[in-house]
Amino acid sequence: MEVLVFLVPLALALGLLGLTAFLWSLKNGQYDDLDGAGWRAIADDEPAPDKPAP
Amino acid sequence: MQATRDFSHYVRHLGPGLSHIDLAVEGVSCAGCMSKIERGLSALPDVTLARVNLTDRRVALEWKGSALDPSRFIDRLAELGYKAYPFEPVRAEAVETEQAAFLLRCLGVAAFAAMNVMMLSIPVWSGNVGDMIPEQRDFFHWLSALIALPAAAYSGQPFFISAFRALRARRTNMDVPISIGIVLALAMSVVETIHHAEHAYFDAALMLLAFLLAGRYLDQSMRRKTRAVAGNLAALKAETATKYIGADEICVVPIAAVQAGDIVLLRPGERSAVDGTVIEGQSKIDQSLITGETLPVKAGPGAAVYAGTLNLSGALRVRVAAASEATLLAEIGRLLDNAVQARSRYVQLADRASRLYAPVVHAAALVTMLGWVAWGASWHDAIVTAISVLIITCPCALGLAIPAVQTVVSGAMFRSGVLLNSGDAIERLAVVDRVVFDKTGTLTLPELDVTNASSVPPDVFELAGRLALASHHPVAAAVARAAGARAPLEGVEEVAGEGVRGRVNGLEVRLGRPSFCGAELIADETLRRDPEASVVAFRHGDARHVFAVRQRLRVDAAGAIATLLKAGIKVEILSGDREPAVREAARSLGIDEWRAGVTPAEKIARIEELKRQGAKVLMVGDGMNDAPALAAAHVSMSPVSATHLSQATADLVFLGDRLAPVVTAIGFARKALLLMRQNLWLAAGYNVLAVPLAVAGLATPLVAAAAMSGSSLLVILNALRAHRGAREFG
Repeated sequence: MEVLVFLVPLALALGLLGLTAFLWSLKNGQYDDLDGAGWRAIADDEPAPDKPAP
Repeated sequence: MQATRDFSHYVRHLGPGLSHIDLAVEGVSCAGCMSKIERGLSALPDVTLARVNLTDRRVALEWKGSALDPSRFIDRLAELGYKAYPFEPVRAEAVETEQAAFLLRCLGVAAFAAMNVMMLSIPVWSGNVGDMIPEQRDFFHWLSALIALPAAAYSGQPFFISAFRALRARRTNMDVPISIGIVLALAMSVVETIHHAEHAYFDAALMLLAFLLAGRYLDQSMRRKTRAVAGNLAALKAETATKYIGADEICVVPIAAVQAGDIVLLRPGERSAVDGTVIEGQSKIDQSLITGETLPVKAGPGAAVYAGTLNLSGALRVRVAAASEATLLAEIGRLLDNAVQARSRYVQLADRASRLYAPVVHAAALVTMLGWVAWGASWHDAIVTAISVLIITCPCALGLAIPAVQTVVSGAMFRSGVLLNSGDAIERLAVVDRVVFDKTGTLTLPELDVTNASSVPPDVFELAGRLALASHHPVAAAVARAAGARAPLEGVEEVAGEGVRGRVNGLEVRLGRPSFCGAELIADETLRRDPEASVVAFRHGDARHVFAVRQRLRVDAAGAIATLLKAGIKVEILSGDREPAVREAARSLGIDEWRAGVTPAEKIARIEELKRQGAKVLMVGDGMNDAPALAAAHVSMSPVSATHLSQATADLVFLGDRLAPVVTAIGFARKALLLMRQNLWLAAGYNVLAVPLAVAGLATPLVAAAAMSGSSLLVILNALRAHRGAREFG
């Protein structure tokens, strides 16, 4: 049962990691546009990065 | 005199040299539009961010430096083929967005904690029958407590705060039994863990929180979606005014930037956005949106102009009066406040249910405890059993029962063109047994239409339509729309107050007053046949024609009214319009009860009278004069073309040119109420099945978990049936 010494902290850490990831994605605005996100994934490419000089 | 546009009111300054603006965009519907807009806008110099939100149909823009004029973006979007308007989030919407984010955070915390505690619980459940030693079980219970207590303290906030507020106001709501259940479950689990007991309820408490938060979030996201659409519609209506910024210099500004004392220009064909007095110019004004009266009134210097009225013939200079002090608006606003207050006393179905449910449950727990003590059990055992009764009957599915149905039914309503403005509108709409319609803009279409199109040769009609494109006059606009004209004629000049004229194949063409075209005789004859219509004459060489233009009933109005009557719902018309027009509309729709020339106060009086007779009234109206009546009715609906005020007051808003959404909405609401009631009984019934187990002291955490997820699942599955409305409403 000594394995619990590793497994319990590991389980807790993984749980916390998942929660942190969720909170980060929430803060990052990933749930703001649920309809658009699906389409963005299959869009051809990113908007052209090069801009004409002002 | 070319107007410049000033949208600086909408620009937010984020920091040194960085500005932000939100635009509502019409017609964004797919990934193609999204990347087209983002690419098109990013290509502008200095733009640092251009991001489309497909859910809300909005674009967020950020740019460096102050050199860029926001109207540049709108022009650019117009070049790309999209109509865009600057958008200012209403405060209510911003608050809801914040709340939704908080709920989602709470849901995340509760769900993750529940999953982890559940992982710890499974070995305990199986270990209890197997070979787990008590020390290991205690250790797992302590670990569960370590996760559950902080998580519940954080994610339970929405319920605790709401319950505390209700208790302080000496009321009770749904959140009171929930909070008591959660706190007791956690407290008892800690006590049991300290006493090395077999059972702890950390998993059940967290699961309860997660399910309830999911219900809350669904409820919230439904309302937020509607509000976003309504907000966009308000922005798309472009409530701007043309303001004089110098003696001869004008500028288009958003309404929010206009103050009392400013002077604005009101062109023919424009709707006034302010209350004020005319200081220069002569015109006719259509006040149908305010008074319901369809005959235009003359306006000259000194005449009053109200927001929402349509300027028909000449340009007017108007001095803005303080809108909030304007007599008509103030009067309507005051009536509105009273009516809204009166209705807020309505108690939501879920709260009514919990009011019944909570005492029963609490009494059952008390009886259990006393029963066990009387039976000779120790106080400790009796209290533990009583608390497990409370936990197992905690209204977990009850929290999902109503939001789940609301979400499904609001999605279905959305697809058939109805938007929900308030959360409990469905319950109120379902019990409606009388519908009161306004006439102008509600039973009729908001725009004018040509009624004698069939008696005019098609080629003449088309030519007249193309000529009409050159005029701003609403009657001419109706001719152009009815003819489906797209290509304007060249070299057309406008004769102020008379009409427009041009040349086609060497022949002169004219469109305007009958006298302008020499068609007085035909016009008189047309007016004799249809005295309610406005006429516009057309002359091509020596051929003369007259178009009769009037408001037309919505195409499916008669069918929709018939469906309502067949379903046993009484229908009546309350209109501010003149008697002949109302009588004619009522006759052609088969409505026996109608009143004409009704003032806003009389409308309220009539609705109150109906209420006293015990009728549940649905008011359908669009004008500013309808707003108080909308608020006074049990439930209210507005077409999307309605004035801002009545749109904001109405519980539901319907889109499009048809009246059918009113009927389907009632059908959906009836089905939804049926399902909500079923769901409440399902939730209560399922939990009641578990009560004997709890009373007998056999309620293990496993039973609690099964009861909770089982009943929640059942309730959600039942809610999915709401996507089809009640049968008799099609």
